[in-house]
Amino acid sequence: MAGIPHDHYEPKSGGEKWLNNRLPIVGLIHDALFIPTPKNLNWMWIWGIVLAFTLILQIATGVVLVMHYTPHVDLAFASVEHIMRDVNGGHMIRYFHSNGASLFFVAVYLHIFRGLYYGSYKAPREVTWIIGMLMYLLMMGTAFMGYVLPWGQMSFHGTAVITGLFGAIPFIGESIQTWLLGAGAVGQPALNRFFSLHYLMPFILLGLTIVHIWAFHTTGNNNPTGVEVRRTSKEDAAKDTLPFWPYFVIKDLFALAIILAVFMAIVGFMPNYLGHPDNYIPANPLATPSHIVPEWYFLPFYAILRAFTADVWVVQLVNWVTFGIVDAKFFGVLAMFGAIAVMALAPWLDTSSVRSGRFRPTFKWYFALLVVDFVVLAWVGAQPAEFPYDWISLIAATYWFAYFLVILPLLGVMEKPLTPPATIEDDFNAHYAPTGGTKTIVNPAE
Amino acid sequence: MLRKLTLTAMAALAISAGAATAETEVEIHDFDFPFEGPFGSYDTMQLQRGLKIYTEVCAACHGLERVAFRTLHDETGPALPEDQMRAYAANFEVFDKALADGEGDYRAATPADYYPASSLSNAPDLSLMAKSRAGFHGPYGTGISQFVNGMGGAEYIASLMDGYEEEPACAAEMETPMEGAYNVAFANGGFPDACKDEHGHHTVPGSWIAMPQPLYGDDVEFDDGHEATLESESQDVAAFLMWAAEPKMTARKQAGLTGVIFLSLLSVLLYLTNKRIWAPHKNKLKD
Repeated sequence: MAGIPHDHYEPKSGGEKWLNNRLPIVGLIHDALFIPTPKNLNWMWIWGIVLAFTLILQIATGVVLVMHYTPHVDLAFASVEHIMRDVNGGHMIRYFHSNGASLFFVAVYLHIFRGLYYGSYKAPREVTWIIGMLMYLLMMGTAFMGYVLPWGQMSFHGTAVITGLFGAIPFIGESIQTWLLGAGAVGQPALNRFFSLHYLMPFILLGLTIVHIWAFHTTGNNNPTGVEVRRTSKEDAAKDTLPFWPYFVIKDLFALAIILAVFMAIVGFMPNYLGHPDNYIPANPLATPSHIVPEWYFLPFYAILRAFTADVWVVQLVNWVTFGIVDAKFFGVLAMFGAIAVMALAPWLDTSSVRSGRFRPTFKWYFALLVVDFVVLAWVGAQPAEFPYDWISLIAATYWFAYFLVILPLLGVMEKPLTPPATIEDDFNAHYAPTGGTKTIVNPAE
Repeated sequence: MLRKLTLTAMAALAISAGAATAETEVEIHDFDFPFEGPFGSYDTMQLQRGLKIYTEVCAACHGLERVAFRTLHDETGPALPEDQMRAYAANFEVFDKALADGEGDYRAATPADYYPASSLSNAPDLSLMAKSRAGFHGPYGTGISQFVNGMGGAEYIASLMDGYEEEPACAAEMETPMEGAYNVAFANGGFPDACKDEHGHHTVPGSWIAMPQPLYGDDVEFDDGHEATLESESQDVAAFLMWAAEPKMTARKQAGLTGVIFLSLLSVLLYLTNKRIWAPHKNKLKD
């Protein structure tokens, strides 16, 4: 098996040998738990555990919610209120679940931007990255379908808008939209299938999580220097790494406890802050809310969707070149999915020979701008589509594409990177300098 | 309980079908409700006053169909004694499908029943009003001022009750008067062109609401002699509707606080554990 050389599980007792010859499951768990992990990982490497925890939280709370929820257009809203008022602890379970979606996306965005900064997507971790992007798409689909289930005003009209995006596809769009909704308009068939898929997709996500972990357990974790763990021998590898248990499990759990304390404060004290008040109005097909706004985690890409209006010259050019097949609406849809596609292609768009952004002085600035850009997109996505927001979103959307399609390829050629340390051990020692006994070991436990 | 600040919120609205959108300014005031903040809880007496106002004024038109009579007995809610709650429920008539050999008939409500639905088709149900009307997120749609001041739907309801004013001069001079009543806190009603400037911006806050002014002050008489000014009534009924929308708020905040304390403690322990297990590796001598 590929991977960083380390001690594998050896069955000792007769019973262990008996099981191992039939099902090597203990070895599998052992190797996953004691996997050599670069010892210089910083605090941005905690989001994976947060994400894994959140997925379990969402599945656990979701399974309970399903026990009390009714996927029917006349009963769904009332069944959610039944959960909020009559089910024991139901209000907490539902608020955990709805705010859990926000926690999920906070963590995934930080996880993705961690990967973008430290070059975690670059060879040999392209497959990990691509699977991650698939998981992100699946998360968005799951979150969107979950938001439909309470059957409030935003659920209903948001569904109409989002499935309408597929309707923008030339020639076959309308058929696809009808196929997705199971009818010509949003109604009972849509609610039923979204409920079914909302239950199914987290389990696919769980499966992909295992593949995602399998992939980076094969390549080894990236780390802040982007320098690979030495694989020449077990002894060399041991100088660069520490086993996942207990060093990183405890570290990650510490971070998770802090994050959950904040999460608990949000659920306990302001559980509706991140939601939209209109979703506490039962769905009414005849009354369209004046502002249809998606949940906050969709806003950056929603802004990109809306940015390319018919008066933008690129849109007009594409419209003319394609003989009018690609109109502004379809262009917006292509741009939104394209924005995620270019991110998924980052492993092949980034030409830099140095992996980590830490050693790329120019890249750092463009990356910082990308983070700002993302926040601006999220903010502008919630604003009405009028001046000056239309211009801001167009500029911000353009930068998003420019970063991946122009800056990443060119910068790798033009930029003169710094020299990363030779080994992870050097980097670690530079941060936690060997003191030669002059510094006393700080141990707060004693 | 006095207005601390006046928040001018921007709420976009479509004036009529197909018309261009315009910005309506509304005046939502910040009130100090006892249920605000992480430690806030409902004031039982205030909820009981609000319940009385709802029963004697609002209930004439508006329903409260997601609230069960039994919940009026809840300790963290209006906390009516059980006999009072039963007697109160019996004042309402509900339709029971099982009566009259399956044809259904009206009967007096029991604690297990829910409030009846609205009696008028254009009077919305009030069960979730305090949660569905919290959407005045300023500045620039961030919701920061709402968050900092602890403002929500209860503020909106109290401002709306207290927001009926004389028609502005621009509307009073019109040949055909506006339908409904002028309210400075209401965003989604009709608005006359006469009150817009040449760019289509509104020159006066609020809009015209179909609901006639429900409260004037001294609309109800409280047994304990509590004052019934328009301002206090507005806040009392807003507090009651906040409870109706979020009856489990107190339990939620307690759970939140327990969770925060427990997790903070856990993170301190994990911090110390983490520090200790890493210590030998972080400062070790060079080989």
